[in-house]
Amino acid sequence: MPSKVEGWKDEVYGTEIRDHLLQFAEAGWSSIPEDERDAWFERFKWWGLYHQRKGQESYFMMRIGTPNGRLTPEQLRVVGEIAKEYATGPVENPEFGDAYCDWTTRQSIQLHWIQLQDIPDIFEKLEAHDLSTIQACGDSWRNIVGSPVAGRDADEHLNAWPVIQELHEEFKGNDDFSNLPRKWKVSVTGDTRGSGQGDINDLAFEPAVKEIDGEEVKGFNTLVGGGLSRKEERFARDIDVFARPENVADVSAGISALFRDHGDREDRFNARIKFLVDEWGPEKLRSVLQEEYMEYELPTAGENLREQYNYNAGKADEPGDYIGVHEQNDGQYFVGLSVLVGRQSADDVIELADLAEAYGSEMIGLTQRQNLIVADIAEDDLDDFLDEPLLETYSPDPHPFMRGSIACTGTEYCSLSIVETKNRMVRYARWLKENVAVPGGVEDFHIHLSGCTASCAQPQIADISLRGMKTRKDGEPVEAFDIGLGGGLGENPQFADWVEMRVAADEVPGYIDNLLRVYESEREERVVPEEQRGRDGEAVERESFREFIARHEDDELTGMAEPEETSYEDPYLGNTKMTWYPYAEDTEMDAAPTPADD
Amino acid sequence: MPTSVHQLDDGAWLSVNDAREVNVSDLWWLARHDFCSCEMADFLAEGFVEIGVDHPNVEGRIAGQCIDCGESGVTDWLTLGRVVDPDSGRFYAVDTTSVHVPERRRRLARPPE
Ligand code: HEM
Ligand code: SF4
Ligand SMILES: [Zn+2]
Repeated sequence: MPSKVEGWKDEVYGTEIRDHLLQFAEAGWSSIPEDERDAWFERFKWWGLYHQRKGQESYFMMRIGTPNGRLTPEQLRVVGEIAKEYATGPVENPEFGDAYCDWTTRQSIQLHWIQLQDIPDIFEKLEAHDLSTIQACGDSWRNIVGSPVAGRDADEHLNAWPVIQELHEEFKGNDDFSNLPRKWKVSVTGDTRGSGQGDINDLAFEPAVKEIDGEEVKGFNTLVGGGLSRKEERFARDIDVFARPENVADVSAGISALFRDHGDREDRFNARIKFLVDEWGPEKLRSVLQEEYMEYELPTAGENLREQYNYNAGKADEPGDYIGVHEQNDGQYFVGLSVLVGRQSADDVIELADLAEAYGSEMIGLTQRQNLIVADIAEDDLDDFLDEPLLETYSPDPHPFMRGSIACTGTEYCSLSIVETKNRMVRYARWLKENVAVPGGVEDFHIHLSGCTASCAQPQIADISLRGMKTRKDGEPVEAFDIGLGGGLGENPQFADWVEMRVAADEVPGYIDNLLRVYESEREERVVPEEQRGRDGEAVERESFREFIARHEDDELTGMAEPEETSYEDPYLGNTKMTWYPYAEDTEMDAAPTPADD
Repeated sequence: MPTSVHQLDDGAWLSVNDAREVNVSDLWWLARHDFCSCEMADFLAEGFVEIGVDHPNVEGRIAGQCIDCGESGVTDWLTLGRVVDPDSGRFYAVDTTSVHVPERRRRLARPPE
């Protein structure tokens, strides 16, 4: 029997939701019939609106999908202005104030506290600047991710941006693909860094070369069925298909039609294509694709470039992100700025847009590490740009703990969450910066904090993985984390080993401190003979944190360091999910604002 | 009116008559259960897996973990609350911090979702 959600989708889904949404917005919150709310909220997701959690009735999270994470400075300003005008709630956030934007791990934008009656104005403003919330959530093609600096990056195999634009045009608002069994996450990468993180997407195109008719063709290999949610993490599997850039859209259409027709519509927990790949195996998937969905013979996979991948790969001697100054292929520079936990105040967003424009930048990039890139800075302007006061907050040269910290939405707004996330990660990073000696040579240390097993912050692919849990302390329930170690992508991706379970949230910073001491004293180092020294001229080669973890067995890792209370104080230790909003003066559910109408 | 129940957003919450009523992330004490080997399981609710109505009770099976011993899985049927007066549709949630006894089988008035 199809699930209830499928029943609602059969009635109204896809582009047609928009008219209903705008009518409800016109008539006010109370015009949504009470017994149809669940159905409408489920459908609104397709247009990028996600009802916030219990206690925040009538407020929505709005997601704007920016393919490849690319915006012009003008678009960035528009987003900042919308946030400033409409994304203010009844209570301020103590770390971020009253209006802010979230840059997400899938290169999208999230605004909170959006009210129904403001949606027509917001849509109008977005669409006037070629931005949209279409399919940002819901069961269809989500935001297509990749490298924002495609076409500019010097470390590039081919420019994937035209391919991504083509897919975006083809699969957004396309009725044939608007009602899939579940979300459909696509990544297209043309660089040699692995920055598209294809391994954790439903469908990924990764750079490859193939000899066809004696000619070296640059294109993509095709991977299917990655994803992190629900303790059912999978890396996407190679289905042995090479796609020329001009064929990516056909192959995509074939695979997403296959998912549309063969995905599980009875059990939403089993619906993602990763489960179909488990069931069928990559060979059967390939043969069904070939026989039922393709009109030409699919070439077998080409040679991949994974050996060169460094993005979030946990290497000791190469950066794993876009932070810092990088030369473009046209002699200009792009500068990666660290945005702690991906949240930036609306005022700062507007200021950054102005700054980028003043320096002649034509592109702002949102990265999968919740950071920003400002592209196209001329060499002569570089020093001035780097001296801009705003770059003290959003630094191109941040402290390793500020640089590598990612956090999801958590109990502030999300119904699935078990713990407070972003504000806590900010406090963790600050405490670590002030109190923990960074082991020599470590410039970039990845801590990913997710509020539950849905894994929006990609916890399984970090040096240190934190996943929301609960435990008891002196008999009282407190927020806690399961701790995993040693995950990352790169040539040989690896999910974290979960080594400490249910560590009280106020003992996590002490644990990290203790663990890093062990790493620093026990990691292997080797003196590099002078003639073998690489580009960086380092005299000692040190084992990266990820390598250090990989060298140890699970039972050695458990207990390697002790969780410990320290001077770190955690204001969110109690049950923040029980509040209507964790930072309100009166946090009781009963104190929640009543829905604002009209 | 018939009581309408949904689990939504991947089991994040229980909706009764289109109002958000029971959240995940609470701790439930479970007694006389076979979820884990603890006498009383200290169960963290992480997701509603199945929901049903056995008037006046709304019941569900919940995925989660005993935070005492670490065992994870899905509970048998638990009473999540009651709709005492079907006309008003008003739902009274159980107190999760009191002791609950999961039951193997339920006669469901409507098929589980
Ligand atoms: C208001 C509530 C929620 C918020 C604010 C939120 C936020 C996010 C964010 C920021 C991301 C990464 C970016 C993106 O997709 O553009 C994300 C991804 C994700 N979200 Fe949520 N989320 C919410 C609810 C949920 C729920 C209810 C689910 C469960 C179905 C969920 C499951 C996921 C998963 C599984 C991922 C990505 C991990 C993967 O499979 O690779 N989220 N979410
Ligand atoms: S990981 Fe869980 S808590 Fe965090 S935003 Fe996603 S669904 Fe919410
Ligand atoms: Zn137990």
